[in-house]
Amino acid sequence: MEQKTSDHAILADKFNQDIPRVDWHDKTLWFIREKRDKAAWQIAEWEELRELASQIKNNVLDNLHDYLLEFEKQAQQNGVTIHWAANAEEHNCIVHSIIQQHGVTDIVKSKSMLTEECHLNEYLQKQGITVVDTDLGERIVQLAGEPPSHIVLPCIHWKKEEIGELFHQHLGTPKGNADPQFLTAAAREHLRQRFLTSRVAITGVNFAVAETGEIVVCTNEGNADLGVQLAEVHIACMGIEKIIPQRKHLGIFLRLLARSATGQPITTYSSHFRKPRPGQTMHIVLVDNGRSERLQQESFRNALKCIRCGACMNTCPVYRRSGGHSYQYAIAGPIGSILAPSLDMKNHADLPFASTLCGSCTNVCPVKINIHEQLYDWRQVLVKNGHVSSVKAAGINGMAVVLSRPAIYRIAGAAGRWFMKYIPAIVNNKFNPWYKQREMPAVPKQSFNEWYRQNRKENGKQS
Amino acid sequence: MTLHHTHTHMLPVQSRRIFFNVIQMKVALFVPCYVDQFYPQVAIATLELLEKLGVDVVYPESQTCCGQPMANSGFEHLTGGCNDNFVRNFSGYDYIVCPSGSCALHVKDHLHATDEKAAKEIRGKVYELVEFLTDIVKVENLTSRFRHKVGLHQSCHGQRGLKISQMSELVSPPFSKTEQLLHMVQDLELISLKRQDECCGFGGTFCVAEEAVSVKMGIDRVEDHITHGASYITGNDMSCLMHLEGILRRQKSSVKVIHIAEILNSAE
Repeated sequence: MEQKTSDHAILADKFNQDIPRVDWHDKTLWFIREKRDKAAWQIAEWEELRELASQIKNNVLDNLHDYLLEFEKQAQQNGVTIHWAANAEEHNCIVHSIIQQHGVTDIVKSKSMLTEECHLNEYLQKQGITVVDTDLGERIVQLAGEPPSHIVLPCIHWKKEEIGELFHQHLGTPKGNADPQFLTAAAREHLRQRFLTSRVAITGVNFAVAETGEIVVCTNEGNADLGVQLAEVHIACMGIEKIIPQRKHLGIFLRLLARSATGQPITTYSSHFRKPRPGQTMHIVLVDNGRSERLQQESFRNALKCIRCGACMNTCPVYRRSGGHSYQYAIAGPIGSILAPSLDMKNHADLPFASTLCGSCTNVCPVKINIHEQLYDWRQVLVKNGHVSSVKAAGINGMAVVLSRPAIYRIAGAAGRWFMKYIPAIVNNKFNPWYKQREMPAVPKQSFNEWYRQNRKENGKQS
Repeated sequence: MTLHHTHTHMLPVQSRRIFFNVIQMKVALFVPCYVDQFYPQVAIATLELLEKLGVDVVYPESQTCCGQPMANSGFEHLTGGCNDNFVRNFSGYDYIVCPSGSCALHVKDHLHATDEKAAKEIRGKVYELVEFLTDIVKVENLTSRFRHKVGLHQSCHGQRGLKISQMSELVSPPFSKTEQLLHMVQDLELISLKRQDECCGFGGTFCVAEEAVSVKMGIDRVEDHITHGASYITGNDMSCLMHLEGILRRQKSSVKVIHIAEILNSAE
C-alpha cells in the first residue's frame, strides 16, 4: 500500500496555483458531464433504468456467494481456469505465476482499475516483467510515470501540446507536433509492435455473467480485443462485485455505462469473452481485497454496486477543481473517497472531507449509490477511530459545549460573534483561512435574539 | 396563541384568503446560529413575511443551533446536548420553519435526542421557508416588489436534499418552488445561468479546511451570475450567500447577496 505524502487539501491548493489550468480542467470535465446529460435525456426511462440497475446490484450483493460459485462452475465448463485472490498481494502473485509459467517477460494490458488498485504494474516490474498499457490514455500516463487521474479518462489532466512533447521524448515524434490525429497514429504504430509480439494479454472485466461464465469488456479503442486475439494467454482480472446474474441484464448495464461515462450511447466495443480459442489458455482472477468485509458494513456496502463509469468525478465540483492526483488513490473523486478508506482508513482519512456533500454524485450515479451520504458516514467512522487532528477535535468539543447551553451561546455570541472566533481554531492556522481570499461578514449591531427580545417580546407578544 | 384581531384586519386581500388556511397553525421560527449572529435581517424578514401571511409564528428564545457544524465534521456523537436543547425548544409546534435548506435538512435527517419520540416528531415537522410557503401556506401571490436583476443560487441541501427544485442530473420534469415565489415578486427580473445548480463551495467546515477549492468554486459561481447580468444573488441559504458575499466584497464588486426572505418581504 502506498503511503501518502500529503493530504487532499494541500495538493488541491497546489493544483489551484495555476488557475487557467484549473479552469481548463473544470470545463473539460463539465463538457463530459453535459454530454452525459444529453445522452441520458435521450432515454425517457433513464431514471427507471437506474433504479433497475440498482436493484439488480442489490440482488447480486445479497446472493454474491451463490452467483460467484455459479460463475466459477460455468467458466470452468467453458475451459477457463478460475483463480481466487483474497487480496492484492495474492492477485499479483497469481498473475505473475501465470506469466512465469509461459516464460514471458513482455506483456500487454488493457484498462483495468482493479490492477491499478492492486499496483500490479509496479509488482510485475520488480519481477522483471515489462507491462505495456494499451489504452491510449493509460499509455500516456505510463510514459509519463504517473498513475491515471481518472478511471475512464486516465490522462484527462494532460493537454495535447504536453502529450506532443511526451511522445517526442518517448516515441520520437517531431518536436512541436500536437495534432491529436497524428499523435494517435504514432501511438497506434508504437503499440502495434507490442500487440504483435506479446504472448500474454491482461484485461479488466466490466461485467461477469454468472449464468454463462462469460466476461464482458467495454473499450472504445478495441485494444482489449487486439491484445487477447493475438496472445496465447488471456488473463482477466476482476473484483468479485463485477458479477451480474444473467446475460439479459447487460441490456440495462450497457445502456447505462457508456452514457454515464462519456455520453456515448454505447462503447465502440462491448466484447464478450466466454472461452479460450483453440490453442489459447484463459484465466480469470477473482479478487476480494476488502470487498467481503465491506459487504458486511450496512452503511457502505452499496459502494460495491459501482460499475466504474466515472460520472461522479465529472460532475464533482471538487474533483474538477482539484484534479485526480490530489486524491492519491487509484480511484479518485467521490467514489474513490468512499472506497479508499475501507482499504486503509488512516492513509485515506482526508478523502471523505474532500467534498461539500452537495449530492450531485449521488444523482448521476447509474446504480444509485448514495455517495454523499456515505461520505458523511465515513466522517463519523474516521473521527470515532481517532483519525482526526487533536486541534480540530478540541475546537469541535468547545463548539458542542457552547451550542448545548443557550446562555453560554448568547454570551459567546455577544462577546465576539463566536463564529469568527471558533472556525479558525478548528483548522489551527496562524491566519484565518476564510479571510485569505474572502471578506468576513460585517458584524451587525445586535443578534436576532436580541432584536426579538426588544421588538417582539417587549411589545407584548408571548412565546 | 392566536392572532390579534388588529393583525387580521391589516392583512392585504390575498393574504386574508391564505389566513384561513393557516389560522390553526402553531409555527416556531428556527433561526440558524450564523443568521442569528451575523444576518439578523434575514430572520427579521422571515418573521415579518410569515406574519404578513397571517401565520402565527413564535421564536423559541433558547434555541442555539441544529448541530450540523459538528456532525458534518464527523462529530455527530457530540451533538447530544445541542440536539436535546433543540428538542426542548421546538417540541409542541405544528410546524418548524427555517430560512435555511441546509439546517432544515440536517434536522430532518439527523436529529436524535434523549426524548427520541419528540425528536422524531420534529424531524417530520421541520420545513425550509420556501417549501413551507409553497406547500403548506400555499401562497399564490405576494405584494412584494424588487426592481433588480436577480440570479438564483440553488443551495445544494435545499435543492438535492429537500427537493425544493428539480436537479439538473435527473431526467425528470423541471420545477422550482423558489422560482415559483420569485415570479410573484413585482419587477424582479430573474436571470438564467450557465450552470444552473453547481455547488458554491461553502460546504460548512469545507470552506476553511479546503480553502483553495472552496474559494475557486465560489469565484466560478459568482462569475456565472455576474456574466449574466445579476445585480443581486439570492438563495435559500445564507451560508452559501455569506461565502459568495465574502468573495464579491473582496473583488470590490457592486453585486450584492440577499436572502430570498428579504426579497419576498421587500416592498421597495
